[in-house]
Amino acid sequence: MERSDEQIKKERKQPWRVELQKKNKAKDRMAIQRVVMPEVEPEERIKSQRIEVNSQLTKEQVMQEATRCMDCVNPTCMEGCPVSINIPGFIKRIERGEFQEAASVLKETSALPAVCGRVCPQEKQCEAKCFYVEKLNRPAVAIGYLERFAADYERESGTISVPVVAEANGVKVAVVGSGPSGLSFAGDMIKLGYEVTVFEALHEIGGVLKYGIPEFRLPNAVVDVEIENLRMMGVKFVANFIVGQTASLDDLKEAGFKAFYVASGAGLPRFMNIPGENLNGIFSSNEYLTRVNLMGADNVDSDTPVLRGKNVVVVGGGNTAMDSVRTAKRLGAERAMIVYRRSKEEMPARKEEVHHALQEGVEFLTLSNPVEYIAGENGRVSQVKIQKMELGEPDASGRRRPVPIEGSEYLIDASVVVVAVGVSPNPLIPNTVKGLNVSKWGTIEVEQDKMQSSIPELFAGGDIVRGGATVILAMGDGRKAAANMDNYLKKKHQIQARGV
Amino acid sequence: MNKIVEKEHFSERVVKIVVEAPLIAKSRKPGNFVIVRVGEQGERIPLTIAGADIQKGTISLVVQKMGVSTTKLCDLEVGDCITDLVGPLGQPTEIHQVGTVLACGGGVGVAPLLPIVEAYKKAGNRVVTILAARSKELVILEDEVRKWSDEVIVMTDDGSYGKKGLITEGMEEVIRREKVDECVTIGPAIMMKFCALTTKKHAIPTVASLNAIMVDGTGMCGACRVTVGGKTRFTCVDGPEFDAHKIDFDEMMARLAGYKPEEQEKMEHFLQQ
Ligand SMILES: Cc1cc2nc3c(=O)[nH]c(=O)nc-3n(C[C@H](O)[C@H](O)[C@H](O)COP(=O)(O)OP(=O)(O)OC[C@H]3O[C@@H](n4cnc5c(N)ncnc54)[C@H](O)[C@@H]3O)c2cc1C
Ligand SMILES: Cc1cc2nc3c(=O)[nH]c(=O)nc-3n(C[C@H](O)[C@H](O)[C@H](O)COP(=O)(O)OP(=O)(O)OC[C@H]3O[C@@H](n4cnc5c(N)ncnc54)[C@H](O)[C@@H]3O)c2cc1C
Ligand code: SF4
Ligand code: SF4
Ligand code: FES
Repeated sequence: MERSDEQIKKERKQPWRVELQKKNKAKDRMAIQRVVMPEVEPEERIKSQRIEVNSQLTKEQVMQEATRCMDCVNPTCMEGCPVSINIPGFIKRIERGEFQEAASVLKETSALPAVCGRVCPQEKQCEAKCFYVEKLNRPAVAIGYLERFAADYERESGTISVPVVAEANGVKVAVVGSGPSGLSFAGDMIKLGYEVTVFEALHEIGGVLKYGIPEFRLPNAVVDVEIENLRMMGVKFVANFIVGQTASLDDLKEAGFKAFYVASGAGLPRFMNIPGENLNGIFSSNEYLTRVNLMGADNVDSDTPVLRGKNVVVVGGGNTAMDSVRTAKRLGAERAMIVYRRSKEEMPARKEEVHHALQEGVEFLTLSNPVEYIAGENGRVSQVKIQKMELGEPDASGRRRPVPIEGSEYLIDASVVVVAVGVSPNPLIPNTVKGLNVSKWGTIEVEQDKMQSSIPELFAGGDIVRGGATVILAMGDGRKAAANMDNYLKKKHQIQARGV
Repeated sequence: MNKIVEKEHFSERVVKIVVEAPLIAKSRKPGNFVIVRVGEQGERIPLTIAGADIQKGTISLVVQKMGVSTTKLCDLEVGDCITDLVGPLGQPTEIHQVGTVLACGGGVGVAPLLPIVEAYKKAGNRVVTILAARSKELVILEDEVRKWSDEVIVMTDDGSYGKKGLITEGMEEVIRREKVDECVTIGPAIMMKFCALTTKKHAIPTVASLNAIMVDGTGMCGACRVTVGGKTRFTCVDGPEFDAHKIDFDEMMARLAGYKPEEQEKMEHFLQQ
């Protein structure tokens, strides 16, 4: 579990750490340049949806990068990580070439380090708070790359240790949804001795990690290993089961489940309600990405079709928009365009994704907003009417609000449009469970830090609570919920406390 | 994995299968559907639950061969398993005692109509059912429908069985002779469109059950969106039944044809294998 500041400080004074600190002068550490991640060439990688863009760093490279880390007395990087990973703790293991041990340090806090190392917006989180950025105005220690390396090393060495599981206590708990939040919750609860069943509506386990985030960013194999691990620890997975429809929470209670963790995500697509939005060829990002990533529509052998187009417009500026536009490139688009109403600096997407998209030839039409879609033959979209925007006063989010410029409309050709302007919480559980407090945005209300809802035996976390957040926050919620549900159940059912 | 325990051919292209799905058998209501997927490369397709047996823990599906996915499903035999099956999905039909109900089913639409007819009858309504098909071989489930209808009218385009003519002619005939309080129509989009126009003239409240293209069936993708009363709705979670007088059928028909060339390609690819 998470460590206190004191523990972190104490660890820093362990003999091996002190020795390591003395090994190199600060000046020498700071003289090292940040490692550059080798990438598959853009022309090569856009040939397939399934080629991971970032390749592997070598042992020498990661050990050198780890040497850059100053092992700060006050590691501010940890404040930037939403789950306070023991960052210097794992990085210093890497510096010593102890990759397996580094992975163990990560696993103390994160259930899916190989995933987070790949998809966290590091430049806004851990790396933004790194000493190098804060004090030296230089590139941060590549915390994400190092995290990914350690986790991959462990996985590829084939020696992933299946964590010790406490003696079974016979208490059944159910998880609704198999995204990162549900998975991390399941991992912690099984370790504590509970009988854990994860119910998933789709036919695949993994949530957004499978149906949303493409394999060029996060290979399915990485996720599958983690799921397999949980299975080996005893977690049961039931796919094709919609809690609230296939069976209700009450049915599950009758079947012996004592508590629930709802991690049903924010899977509802938003549209803009502008004329022509229901024309053929206009997809929500969820539909577009699901057809390709979950259903394999990029492969001729798959029965699921997807529409391809010479000109593809993707509306939005987040990760989902970047994933969609880069998918369009891989499906053969000649022009793949982002249409975003603010400027590039304000795009919420990870910096690396924007960078990769640019390399791949994606065009960015910023300060632009679609106002109408125009049909060509057979009710299929053929053009998008775009209005230009300018930045006005800051809005509630502190970002300058885009204001339409009258009379600036123009048309561009597009036979495929992907609308990636956000998602809303999945309404099924909030709508069907009586007595559950739900916010006006449709998120489940929970007691902060406990993740317990207005129904004592129902805990919730991840996007269903936060609206639409990040993988690491969703996972952090799962861990918090597990710790608190354990307390709750122990009190209620007088389960004997058994250490792990 | 859901095992097929019974299979019956209604016609060359229409098959009834009974599948093990104990939880769905228990929780389903008339109007609900399931999503099935056949094979690891399979597509997710929606099919109405035509009936259920809680004791045996089975549901029945009536499937018409249209393209690759329905062909793969119809080719499965007793003892085979359907790779994935999830449900029940969609809003159940709202069934009340209203008086006289006119139930109109076209082609394979009779399968989803059957549980609705049964429920209307059980709720104490007089039920007049019109079954329409292009020709005699395509009329399905007639006996089952008779069991729950006060009267059944069969209409065929070519006159090979029942009366010759379109479903709307049969409807007009019933509406002329007696007071109809509610109408329900399930079938090809074009048929539902004309059923709706017919009842609109007579101001008879009408619901249509839409067969939009779907992917997940849980409200996650928006593939199934339709315009009803000027608003975008998702067929899988808000429907599949909507006020037929408010549905934009032209848009719906355009959306149904959205993948025609791709589907044909998939079919050719499938036949080659
Ligand atoms: C395309 C895309 C790219 C993204 N990129 C990034 C990124 O780079 N970095 C980052 O940090 N975050 C990213 N995110 C956000 C991140 O993926 C989410 O914040 C995270 O997945 C939320 O996790 P979750 O476990 O709460 O829900 P989800 O991952 O959404 O999982 C919820 C699961 O619950 C299932 N479910 C829902 N209702 C039921 C029910 N009633 N019964 C059974 N099952 C049910 C759903 O089918 C789904 O599988 C991205 C999101 C998308 C869509
Ligand atoms: C709520 C609902 C209930 C249905 N109930 C039944 C039923 O009980 N029996 C039955 O035979 N059919 C039913 N259908 C229609 C059935 O889903 C389609 O015939 C089937 O998906 C066609 O797939 P295919 O690959 O065989 O044909 P394709 O060659 O792919 O397509 C033929 C036509 O089917 C439609 N279609 C294609 N893919 C899908 C999809 N993923 N979802 C929906 N429609 C699609 C399109 O209009 C297409 O032009 C229902 C549809 C819905 C929405
Ligand atoms: S989990 Fe994410 S934010 Fe935390 S240290 Fe790892 S990469 Fe950084
Ligand atoms: S702030 Fe940067 S340099 Fe300091 S411990 Fe964290 S990663 Fe290392
Ligand atoms: S089928 Fe995806 S939202 Fe209806």
